[in-house]
Amino acid sequence: MTQLILFNVTNGLIIGAFYVLMALGLSLILNLSNVINFAHGGFLVIGGYIAYTLEPYLGFWGALVASPFLTAIIGLAIERVMISRVYGRDPLYSLLLTFGLAFIFEDGTRFIWGANGKPFAIPAFLSQPLSNEFFFITGYRLFMVAMVAVMVSLLFLFLRYTRVGIRIRAGTLDLETVSALGVNVRALRSLNFAVGIFLAGLSGVLAGGQLGLEPTMGSGLLMPSFIAIIVGGVGSLPGTLVGGLLIGVASGITAAVFPSASEAIMYVLMAVVLLIRPRGLFGEEGMLT
Amino acid sequence: MSLLEVNHASKNFGSLVAVRDVSLKVEPGELRAIIGPNGAGKTTFFNLISGFFPPTSGSIVFDGKDVTGLSVARRVALGMARTFQITEIFPELTVFENLRIGAEVASGYRLRPWLGKSETAAIKRRVEETLELTQLADKSSRLVGELAHGDQRATEIAMALTLKPRLLLLDEPTAGMGDKETYEITRLVRRLHRDNAFTIVLIEHDMRVVFHLADRIMVLAEGATLAEGTPGEIAANETVQAAYLGKAA
Amino acid sequence: MSETHRKLAALAAIWVVLVCAPLWMPLVGGYTALGSRVLVLGLAAMSVNFLLGFTGVLSFGHAAWFGLGAYGCGLILKFIALSTPLGLLAGTLLGGVLGGMLGALIVRRRGVYFAMVTIAFGQVFYYIAFQWSSLTGGDDGLRPFYRQPLHLGFTTVDILQNSTAFYYFVLICFAAAVALMGFLLRSPFGRTMLAIRENERRARFLGIPVEMHIWIAFTLSCFFMAFAGSLYALVNNFADPRGLHYSQSGDFVMMAVMGGMRSFWGPLLGAVVFVVLQDYVSSITVNWQIFIGLTFVVVVLFFPRGLLGFLQARRRG
Repeated sequence: MTQLILFNVTNGLIIGAFYVLMALGLSLILNLSNVINFAHGGFLVIGGYIAYTLEPYLGFWGALVASPFLTAIIGLAIERVMISRVYGRDPLYSLLLTFGLAFIFEDGTRFIWGANGKPFAIPAFLSQPLSNEFFFITGYRLFMVAMVAVMVSLLFLFLRYTRVGIRIRAGTLDLETVSALGVNVRALRSLNFAVGIFLAGLSGVLAGGQLGLEPTMGSGLLMPSFIAIIVGGVGSLPGTLVGGLLIGVASGITAAVFPSASEAIMYVLMAVVLLIRPRGLFGEEGMLT
Repeated sequence: MSLLEVNHASKNFGSLVAVRDVSLKVEPGELRAIIGPNGAGKTTFFNLISGFFPPTSGSIVFDGKDVTGLSVARRVALGMARTFQITEIFPELTVFENLRIGAEVASGYRLRPWLGKSETAAIKRRVEETLELTQLADKSSRLVGELAHGDQRATEIAMALTLKPRLLLLDEPTAGMGDKETYEITRLVRRLHRDNAFTIVLIEHDMRVVFHLADRIMVLAEGATLAEGTPGEIAANETVQAAYLGKAA
Repeated sequence: MSETHRKLAALAAIWVVLVCAPLWMPLVGGYTALGSRVLVLGLAAMSVNFLLGFTGVLSFGHAAWFGLGAYGCGLILKFIALSTPLGLLAGTLLGGVLGGMLGALIVRRRGVYFAMVTIAFGQVFYYIAFQWSSLTGGDDGLRPFYRQPLHLGFTTVDILQNSTAFYYFVLICFAAAVALMGFLLRSPFGRTMLAIRENERRARFLGIPVEMHIWIAFTLSCFFMAFAGSLYALVNNFADPRGLHYSQSGDFVMMAVMGGMRSFWGPLLGAVVFVVLQDYVSSITVNWQIFIGLTFVVVVLFFPRGLLGFLQARRRG
């Protein structure tokens, strides 16, 4: 029995780690620019497909490194050309804008790469399970968790110790003052957005390796990210981290006891949090400190 | 009994102490001015009185009732009305429409899906009375956003007046105004105080206005009370002079 | 022509167009059932706008109440009673009451937080409709059920087979809902909604308990939404989970924005444009989603005031 629980908790943590990666990017963008990036799932898909296109030339590792950067550049371009125009306005407009972009991305992916799923090859040694007992922990899944852990650490260091990172954090608290202090807020927002998209692109590559590529895969992963942010607390990156892991684990455990409800449990968790502590676990005060 | 009593109110924002143990007693019919250098905590103090946020410690008693825990809307319903340093009005509505909303809320109609003939007429009368009082009658169908700064401020005060408040809190009513507009607003406030017996607390920077209008003056500096007294006492007070008045007045 | 006369003339024109639709629609390549669809979607867009354009509150999960209305109506017609009015009532109540209850949980926060949570709420219902397939038919949708003839005592109106009769039935329902909406917006309560939109701080400092009023406006818009959803189930004789999905919400918001959020009839115009566009584009290409997405982007970037806003600005300036 404990074996089963362990299985599912670990499984859940792996899933949760993935949600964390997605949700952190979404959260970064939300916190600084007050933009709900509906197209985040679309960027994930683009990241995956770019990696797929690059793999024959750069191999798995080359594609893994190159794709997030390329995706981030696309994100940056879109931010500069379109999203930046709606910053001052009601959040409604950024919602609609990214919403429209999500449509364009999904159909555009279909248009360019076809509607059928594409396989994404991962190095053979990664797809081996670690051992017979823990057969579900393939090397690839461990690798994913490791990547997420590395990214989260890098993000933490970036936000805490680099000048830009500190400005981003300050900006989420009080953008006006940051601007008055002479910081180029436009550039800051662009950079922040690009970082968020980088994470989305990376998620896409990792997801592709695990699930294969499909034009519709992005939207299915968007909701868990939302929920992770709501549960963890809007405005708090540590909250998003905890939220993502929490819903992943909850999902994993539920899969053991009540398989068909493993998706529903996320919504239940969200409902509970909203009832008991509407501002989320870490509320609005939390920041990566 | 005092109309407004603030007892040892303090407000901290994290480690920043914005208001430090400030007490105030305002009698009905009085006009009290609050002055002090920038950053002295005057607006924060107003925010405490009007309920924008709760005090870290201390209490606020309005007309004998402890309102410290009450929301803004509740305090307004009890008779507190306030204007802001940066005029808060409904720019895309006419003056009449701006005033009508306050009149309807204060008459208890805010949840009503419709109004009867006599009720509509009563509201109309109330708004017109306020327009007369503030001398805005000729501008009643103009969009407030298109009015001159002084008229916008007058509209804001008028909006507060339609509530038929017991206490008027005016935050720098002459801010950003030239001499003529300052004169108009000062005359309005004086009329409200002398002729209509409104109890008024106002924050002001313009010393001419303060000394012209106030019964009593409270001086705040760095969040704490520096001095309190009649205009004459304050003018003669050397600490105040040093901290603030300088060569002015 | 004075302003009031102009408004009355416009209003009259709108109603003439709507009442005569079965006559002129076939001439432009349309058909009556399309008209019914547009009316219902227009009502939904106007319901979203009740909250969005007139109170200034962004709810991006509003399709939830639409879908609930559809399912409520369909479930009644399928399992409980063959009565169109009962179906409508049940659907409206289901969406409205649930909306009111959930709304109470979230009105303390606003802006993006509110939008996010309303999206999540919508998805909960979507998920339930999808999974509870024994009741809802899951992905296939709820069927079969049919709108029932109306027994009016002196006559029976067959709204199932006679699409013109059904169109007028929908039009009457539309008119009732729209009249109520307009009435509410002109009331003292409606004015508090406008006040909250125009300057929330000032509204609060006039004594308006903002959260409570937003909750009331939210609940009212949920009822209107659910009513539209019930009608939609009647239009299609079908209810499906997609009606609950946040992309459906996005469509409604888009209609409101495209038509013009600040005007009462704007969303209806937006619905007309949106439906026509969607119909037309999907008939000429498989990748019609790209065009819908592009429309969103173009409208948001260049026509945020929508068609009516754009026209009004042209007239004034």
